[in-house]
Amino acid sequence: MNQTLTIQKERLGTYLNQSFIEVGRATEFAIRFFKEAIRPPYEFKELLKQCYLIGYKSLPLVTITGFIMGLVLTLQSRPTLAEFGAESWLPSMVALSLIREIAPVITALICAGKVASGIGAELGSMKVTEQIDAMEVSAINPFKYLVVTRIMATTLMIPLLVIYADGIGIVGGYMGINIHGDVNVVRYLSQVIESITFLDIFPATIKTFFFGYFIGMIGCYKGYNAENGTESVGKAANSAVVTASLTIFIIDMIAVQVTDLFF
Amino acid sequence: MEKNYTLQNSNPVIEIKDLHKSFGTNEVLKGVTFNLNKGENLVVLGKSGSGKSITIKCIVGLIKIDSGIITVFNQEINSLEIDELNKIRTRIGFLFQNAALYDSMSVRENLSFTLRRHDTTLSGDAINEHVLEVLESVGLKEAIDKMPSELSGGMRKRIGLARTLILKPEIILYDEPTTGLDTITSREISELILELRQKNKTSSIIITHDMPCARLTSDRIVILKEGVIHVEGTYDELEKSEDEWVRSFFI
Ligand SMILES: Nc1ncnc2c1ncn2[C@@H]1O[C@H](COP(=O)(O)OP(=O)(O)OP(=O)(O)O)[C@@H](O)[C@H]1O
Ligand SMILES: [Mg+2]
Repeated sequence: MNQTLTIQKERLGTYLNQSFIEVGRATEFAIRFFKEAIRPPYEFKELLKQCYLIGYKSLPLVTITGFIMGLVLTLQSRPTLAEFGAESWLPSMVALSLIREIAPVITALICAGKVASGIGAELGSMKVTEQIDAMEVSAINPFKYLVVTRIMATTLMIPLLVIYADGIGIVGGYMGINIHGDVNVVRYLSQVIESITFLDIFPATIKTFFFGYFIGMIGCYKGYNAENGTESVGKAANSAVVTASLTIFIIDMIAVQVTDLFF
Repeated sequence: MEKNYTLQNSNPVIEIKDLHKSFGTNEVLKGVTFNLNKGENLVVLGKSGSGKSITIKCIVGLIKIDSGIITVFNQEINSLEIDELNKIRTRIGFLFQNAALYDSMSVRENLSFTLRRHDTTLSGDAINEHVLEVLESVGLKEAIDKMPSELSGGMRKRIGLARTLILKPEIILYDEPTTGLDTITSREISELILELRQKNKTSSIIITHDMPCARLTSDRIVILKEGVIHVEGTYDELEKSEDEWVRSFFI
């Protein structure tokens, strides 16, 4: 009995130890990004290509989810508001929830699923098939070419995708309102715009940069450090999604606290 | 072909002394020592898993060594800063065991990728010309606009070789250039290796399991066993070795 307890303690010990080592290595990786990012030469062409692949190619998915978010949010909130006779608040409420919380988090999660796993799998397979080593021996810095460009692309594109999702969500909200009644577009939009202040948009946008940075960073970290063997490619992609999604929630929680403190 | 081009000079371009490398508890290299002389084709034999690939990866600094000294062009590579190491790397060609072509790029881009980065003064036309020239030398000009996924194993090896050649390296490290190819293609590649040496005066380390390739290309052979160089000699010497284990490679 005592022995099993000791063994379990030991296991917990090694597990914690490994977690700390992993966090340490990820931090080192994150810091290396900033060091390499500021040192020329810059890989502009690859950066543009990655922005296209990460931003533009995610548009259909973000469009559909953004629209549904707005629509569903409206339909779900309506009965509650109607109970209090506050149906006229519907547009402002939908817009505020979308912009402050729902669009950033849902879009980031969708991108964690699509982008972080894609990067994890791509870099993982490049690692396993020695393509990253091949770059290194031909005196090309693979970190700069592969990692820096991808992290920069996600950091720039996720905020744009979120702003786009905000817009589409508001359109979805309009559709949702029109299922039951008939609201003039101009009135709807002016109500939406009136209810949004700078303080709703600013903190929400700042946090999306962090979402983007971590989606790229975690995808790259998992792929770039994949072990040998093909099964590790799947592992890299999978753990990129899980870690990125979890990180998004944690950042969101921190963001709420910080926003509360300052605004 | 010019066989028996035995070089009596001792003008080493690569010197390896007492190289040690382990992965966890797995001691792979336990004191490997050998030289590669200028203009020489050195064949490295050894059972699967004996650490041949690891050895040449240490030479280009892909793997950090535990102890020992590796000198390339009279510079000790462990002590070099990354920029200096990269200068040496551009003078060494490395053919990976599985070619390691960049999957997301066409053959043309695979070849021009390195070139464009190392000589930014080159025009698009000049790059194209270089690409065609090396593709011609490996006999695969028609594959220029194919993607790596569309190539057969033998074609991939040759494109890998073309990519290695594009920077005109002075040393080429071949990791199993003929493995998995039919006898005719293997022979063609072996002859290509000899041709390259004659044309560009390159020095090469050739890792292989393919004895006809070893016979054709080698000036000297070393055999790796249990983490050290077990024997060294010419093909003819080792074929008649007293050591039965050594002879078993040549059957
Ligand atoms: N990254 C690594 N991590 C841990 N062990 C490794 C790693 N790379 C190689 N090894 C181990 O080192 C040993 C030698 O590997 P190496 O690839 O050099 O063999 P090899 O002689 O090239 O064999 P083959 O002829 O099959 O290519 C093997 O036992 C392998 O398991
Ligand atoms: Mg090998």
